Amino acid sequence: MDIPASLRYARTHEWTSELEADVVTVGITDFAQDQLGDVVFVELPEEGARVAAGDALAVVESVKTASDIYAPVAGTVKAVNTELEAAPEKINEEPYGGGWLFRIEPDDPADRDTLLDADAYRVVCEEES
Amino acid sequence: MNGRQDELPTIFERSAPGRRAARPPRVEGPAMADLLGAEVLRSAPPALPEVSELDLVRHYTNLAHRQTSIDGNVYPLGSCTMKYNPKVHEEVAAAFEDLHPEQDPSSVQGLLELLGTLQDWLGTITGMDDVTLQPAAGAHGELTGILMIRAFHEANGEGAQRRNVIVPDAAHGTNPATAGMVGYDVVEVPTAADGEVDLAAMKAALGPDTAAVMLTNPSTVGIFETRIQEIADAAHAVGAQLYYDGANLNAIVGKARPGDMGFDVVHMNLHKTLTTPHGGGGPGTGPVGVKAHLAPYLPLPRVRQEVDGTWGLEETRSTSIGRMRSYYGNVGNLVRAYAYIRSLGAEGLANVAEMAVLNANYLRVRMREAGFQPAFDRTCMHEFVARPPEGISTNDVAKALLDEGMHPMTVYFPMVVKEAMMVEPTETESLQTLDAYADALARILQRAARDPGALAEAPTTTPVRRLDEVAAARHPVLRWSPRDEDGEAAAAAD
Amino acid sequence: MRYTPHTQEDVRAALDAIGVDDVQALFADVPDALLDPPLDLPAPADEATLLRHVRALAARTDAHGPSFLGGGVRAHFMPSVTKHLATQSEFVTAYTPYQAEVSQGVLQTTFEFQTMMSELTGLPVSNASMYDGATAVAEAALLALRATKRRRIVVSRGVHPHAREVLATYLAPLDVTVDVVDLDAHHATPVPTDLSDAAAWIVQSPNHLGTVEALPPHVEAAHAAGALSVAVADPLSLAVLRSPGEVGADVAVGDGQTLGVPPQFGGPHFGYMVVTERLLRQLPGRLVGETRDVDGRRGYVLTLQAREQHIRRGKAKSNICSNHQLAAGMATINLAALGPDGLREMAEGSVRNAHALAERLRREGYDVATGDRPFFAEFPVRVDREATAVRRDLHAAGVRAGVPVPDEYGLGSAVLLAATESTTDDDVEALVAALARVAPPAEVPA
Repeated sequence: MDIPASLRYARTHEWTSELEADVVTVGITDFAQDQLGDVVFVELPEEGARVAAGDALAVVESVKTASDIYAPVAGTVKAVNTELEAAPEKINEEPYGGGWLFRIEPDDPADRDTLLDADAYRVVCEEES
Repeated sequence: MNGRQDELPTIFERSAPGRRAARPPRVEGPAMADLLGAEVLRSAPPALPEVSELDLVRHYTNLAHRQTSIDGNVYPLGSCTMKYNPKVHEEVAAAFEDLHPEQDPSSVQGLLELLGTLQDWLGTITGMDDVTLQPAAGAHGELTGILMIRAFHEANGEGAQRRNVIVPDAAHGTNPATAGMVGYDVVEVPTAADGEVDLAAMKAALGPDTAAVMLTNPSTVGIFETRIQEIADAAHAVGAQLYYDGANLNAIVGKARPGDMGFDVVHMNLHKTLTTPHGGGGPGTGPVGVKAHLAPYLPLPRVRQEVDGTWGLEETRSTSIGRMRSYYGNVGNLVRAYAYIRSLGAEGLANVAEMAVLNANYLRVRMREAGFQPAFDRTCMHEFVARPPEGISTNDVAKALLDEGMHPMTVYFPMVVKEAMMVEPTETESLQTLDAYADALARILQRAARDPGALAEAPTTTPVRRLDEVAAARHPVLRWSPRDEDGEAAAAAD
Repeated sequence: MRYTPHTQEDVRAALDAIGVDDVQALFADVPDALLDPPLDLPAPADEATLLRHVRALAARTDAHGPSFLGGGVRAHFMPSVTKHLATQSEFVTAYTPYQAEVSQGVLQTTFEFQTMMSELTGLPVSNASMYDGATAVAEAALLALRATKRRRIVVSRGVHPHAREVLATYLAPLDVTVDVVDLDAHHATPVPTDLSDAAAWIVQSPNHLGTVEALPPHVEAAHAAGALSVAVADPLSLAVLRSPGEVGADVAVGDGQTLGVPPQFGGPHFGYMVVTERLLRQLPGRLVGETRDVDGRRGYVLTLQAREQHIRRGKAKSNICSNHQLAAGMATINLAALGPDGLREMAEGSVRNAHALAERLRREGYDVATGDRPFFAEFPVRVDREATAVRRDLHAAGVRAGVPVPDEYGLGSAVLLAATESTTDDDVEALVAALARVAPPAEVPA
């Protein structure tokens, strides 16, 4: 199970990158994609949407289940990964790369520090598996 | 089912221009352009198939042979009540099938009397004061019931205050979906270790903002809520209404009544308990019964007997939630349900529940012997939830059952039990059939023990084998299209 | 007992295996006070008694004699082969095709159904059927609200009154405005001047008074306002008329009874919903898709299920679970039996007979109120008496006819008369004779 040390994590299995050019990138973890199985469809938020931390703003569907994706931090959606519309399998193949979901400009960049680090998230995954 | 293992062409691929199975009466007359004007006419005819009558018969007969059914196979699909559908009901339904819904009531008195009587009987069976026959399905009955509850709260000036509907985490998905359609927020309460609703969590969730509690009893894990009256009292104490999802009514029909338990609204699934055919997915039929305080909100129209003894239709009532569908209900199914109740009487209905529960407990014990551990090892009602041994997947067992010529149980539901197998044999199966089912399951586990990879190959004998659902969902092909010379499907109709 | 196979020995053996003394012990979880209430139901009836009883009830109904009843449901010609094939017990006694490997019969039939509905409506994506036309219209409005995130529905009064009533019932709990646009003097829908903020503009053609609407300006108006264009259609009419897809509508819905389902006093019929590719993910109800099995054989599965209630629960697109498969399957087989020519002949025959009937009644001096727009297979006739009394007396005279026109259309006292390809000269003479007694024309023409 791949849990990169450079990322921060939510208990609901989203990863959040470091702040880069004023935005953080968000996706779902390797653990989450493995639990979901083959992803068949992604419903993405609209660019420019304002979100609070914990808002459901995307949906990732596999054949047998659909999973809400929550905003890890409050802010504004600056970009969405439209490539997933044609190639949702990227979430399974490269969860931390080409399978990213959206980018948020945080209201307060310090919010990211309240998320779990890799070690703490590993414990969450072990509890759930 | 005896379909060969191969691909069957679609009806479109059997088409040849100029062939035809049926000819309607020929009517000579002016061209359509003269009667309607050319600008409203379609430019090209729809590409419907053109086949001979024998080609048509062969095609749909061969398709029927690729279909499992109650008439051919044991089919213990949990929560679906796949019982035998009596053939005499088809004859009963045919006696009324040519009646038009706009006929004058004077010309359908016998049918209106049947429907009015059925309303009374369904009220008697469920312990409710009044019944609507209109809803087209169980989920449609839920929508009807929750809309009535909403209207009741509105009339009491509590519409804005009551925002939540409480459902157990093991509830059918239709319950939260219905609450969502009516604009309510859904509050889930967990299942306790004994399989019943967690009473403390339920009481904690109940409050002045609760509009309704939706329950199935017995629940989706097949266990009767022994504390049902306490739940009803707690719900009523905060002014909430108690909704009965009738999907599991077969467990108690003739033996106990939701109305006596304290439920305010109940829907019945006629295609389950009252054995109207499932039809390959529907039509269902979902009459709803209510206690007297909700009767003013029943949908229209309603069948009623006039003071002069004739039967008529009530079309207006200011407090009604309105109309739920066109006309009066799935009448073709209502007459079948009438025939069933008339055939069985009170005694026969009680026997249905008794033998359904006996069969479920018998199969629960036989499956436990075969190695399938019940999720809640206590006396069950009409169905139970079990799991395969560690390391064996429920899906593999289900697919292996197909090679045994048997339909699997409901799998992976309820979601609160991992690897769930929800089994509902119904009362119309014999012990010999249940023995054969348990024996087949035992054989499947033995196969898996000998060769751990064997089940992943199943099924091998069905008309098609495991299908690629991921490809179907990622790149949906939802209609047939002619292929060009390279074998590529042409663009869709647009 | 009837339909339960258990002998006394079976019951004993099962109880022993379970480890309880009697059947009542299996109901120990049910509080005693709730158990075995007396039920006031008739005594059990054997098959002969049941049939005698039911036939006596059926004898007090009248499905004989000529019929001119319409109002959304018509008894068209159905070849014997349709019912024979559609009621094979494998189709009748199966359920939802959860186990695709042993359910290819229902799945492929549904795939063929989706294709035929796509062909008729000219739109690419059909679901596997809905309860009826009225609920399909309400679901189309809900779809439009989701797709546009707007809170207003505009609907023509030409849409069947039942459909508009169901729409009102479904939308009542939601914070949504529903505006109704009146018909003009020719029973046609005027293009509304204000569709601002509308999620959908819903027009029915042929409309409830039988008028064939000119759809293109309605579609344009909807799209100009950013609304979805929803076309409600009697699908049989689409054998002849321009399809919703051809005129650019986003959603086609309606009741499929006219494609080959017996009237059954109003149900079960089936509803259909067909949409553009763009709206695929918003579609409620089941969908069947084509795929391949592990050996590469073509086969069919339920697909895109993550939209549905059993997965999405409170966030599902609709709570709809069962469809009306048996009726939709019957229509599929009927359409295959008729083919494009047979279906067109049925539609044309209905139009010709309806126009001949209207002409005949005009000659008899009746006030046939068709306006100057074309009408399809049904039209209103004004009568000098209360419409329900006319209907009652026509039935008493042996002619099933006279659907009352609701007051909302402002026609005064009027009845709808429908014809089909099966209407005969004798039927027409019977109607004319009955009408002459029941509701003679105001003035007999010279």
